[in-house]
Amino acid sequence: MIRFEHVCRRYPPNIAALTDLSFNVEAGELVLVCGHSGAGKSTLLKLIAAIERPSSGAVLVNGQNVGALKRAGIAVLRRNLGLVFQDQKLLFDRNAFDNVMLPLAIAGYPPKEAGKRVRAALDKVGLAAREKALPVALSGGEQQRLAIARAVVGRPAILLADEPTAHLDQATAGDVAKIFRDFHQVGVAVLIASCDDTAFSNFVPRRLVLDHGKLQ
Amino acid sequence: MSAWLAQHGRALLWALRRLTVAPLSTLLSLLAISVALALPAGGQLLLRNGLQIAKSGAATPELSLFMSVDADRKAVDAIAQRLKHQEALKEFRLVSRGETLARFQARPGFAEVISALPGNPFPDAFVAVPRDDLSAAALEKLRAEFSHWPKVEQVQLDSAWARRLDALLHLGRIGVALLALMLGLGLVAITFTTIRLQVLTQLSEIEVSRLLGATDAFIGRPFYYFGTLQGLAGGAGAWLIVAAVAMAMRAPLEELAGLYEGGATLQSLTAIDVAILLGFATALGWLGTALSLGRHLRD
Ligand SMILES: Nc1ncnc2c1ncn2[C@@H]1O[C@H](COP(=O)(O)OP(=O)(O)OP(=O)(O)O)[C@@H](O)[C@H]1O
Ligand SMILES: [Mg+2]
Repeated sequence: MIRFEHVCRRYPPNIAALTDLSFNVEAGELVLVCGHSGAGKSTLLKLIAAIERPSSGAVLVNGQNVGALKRAGIAVLRRNLGLVFQDQKLLFDRNAFDNVMLPLAIAGYPPKEAGKRVRAALDKVGLAAREKALPVALSGGEQQRLAIARAVVGRPAILLADEPTAHLDQATAGDVAKIFRDFHQVGVAVLIASCDDTAFSNFVPRRLVLDHGKLQ
Repeated sequence: MSAWLAQHGRALLWALRRLTVAPLSTLLSLLAISVALALPAGGQLLLRNGLQIAKSGAATPELSLFMSVDADRKAVDAIAQRLKHQEALKEFRLVSRGETLARFQARPGFAEVISALPGNPFPDAFVAVPRDDLSAAALEKLRAEFSHWPKVEQVQLDSAWARRLDALLHLGRIGVALLALMLGLGLVAITFTTIRLQVLTQLSEIEVSRLLGATDAFIGRPFYYFGTLQGLAGGAGAWLIVAAVAMAMRAPLEELAGLYEGGATLQSLTAIDVAILLGFATALGWLGTALSLGRHLRD
């Protein structure tokens, strides 16, 4: 489903964020990408979503070379991914409901069905009662969960989450980890970047450990 | 289908919300666009009314054919026959030499002079009215043709006025076209700038939408609605301005028209004019949006 072939990513002037990365992720796998700060975890996820392009090597998603996609192709790719960003990227001028609605609006869902899905996603992350709240009125952990709801609302086949438990206490982090596990159990490929893996330690079958951009 | 409608509905709603969120700046842009469009639209209206007034009454050019003094009844009838078969003429009438003599005898001061003359010094004459659609050149050709007819001494065409009118109308048309072109560019520029500002206020939304897989069409759609709605509203504003000005000018214009015999009434903008005006405004709003997005949406 996801395949890295000798992928390097360098940033100017001369930072090697990722060096010669090769691995496969199959459908339904749950993978934890670990490593110290600056190890290249975010860069790895961004390569899959074509937010960054490899300097050399190839990133394949469903057999498609992501690095070679044009604008329209990138849009299609991203509509089929669920993304949780490290900085969340919530829209602060619209409420929780409308934030989660955005991917469905982009995908062109009819409003009625979309509304149902948004409520289901908010319910899943425990924010059903806060759908009218603006993001500023939510705590850091609630914002984090809102970002997760937005990532899963379109029921993507691949879920990429960058530090999804960074702002959460252990109990809530455990709940969030369960959400990802539920998706993984229905066949979604889940990649989670996290330097703190205690929340996932119970059930993660696979780890990719990065050290200075290299796979351990 | 319903999803398609929903996407457009959302974009339209967004555009309407953005237009009303800062009413003062929206109003100012609309005023600028309305005035910019009202000028050429009003010019066009003025031109048409000027044309109508000028064409009515005294403005109609006339051809005067003076026979030679020795032309007899038969010669005059022959010319009348020829004039009757001229397709270029709307009408003509004979002013007989007797009639002219009587008219001058009736004028004080002329009577003695005329009675001192041995005979009637005036020739028979025809006054011919050409069709409205003849150009100045066609009138001149007609004059030349008539002057070669037998026993026609002289043909006068009071064409200077007609020519001046033609030139004036030509000038007016070019002026209105140039005005429309320049102010149309102005409208595009206004739209370009307002769309740029709208894009700047939406940067984070645009970025996030991109990351979530939005196409250029999805991201641009609300801005297109914004720009074309603004153009359309500006066109409607221009229509109001022109209609108001026309109403204010109706009385004085009709007075002016009354001075001529035709008694022309003021023509207002027709439904077709309004449709063209609104279509023009909407199209320019769209164009300004397209240019602005092409420049400002490419990351
Ligand atoms: N846009 C960029 N320009 C230059 N260097 C960058 C850029 N993005 C990342 N880097 C560098 O690439 C390396 C890997 O960055 P990355 O964000 O992938 O790390 P990370 O593992 O996600 O770290 P963290 O746990 O702190 O989020 C770092 O050394 C970082 O400084
Ligand atoms: Mg990171």
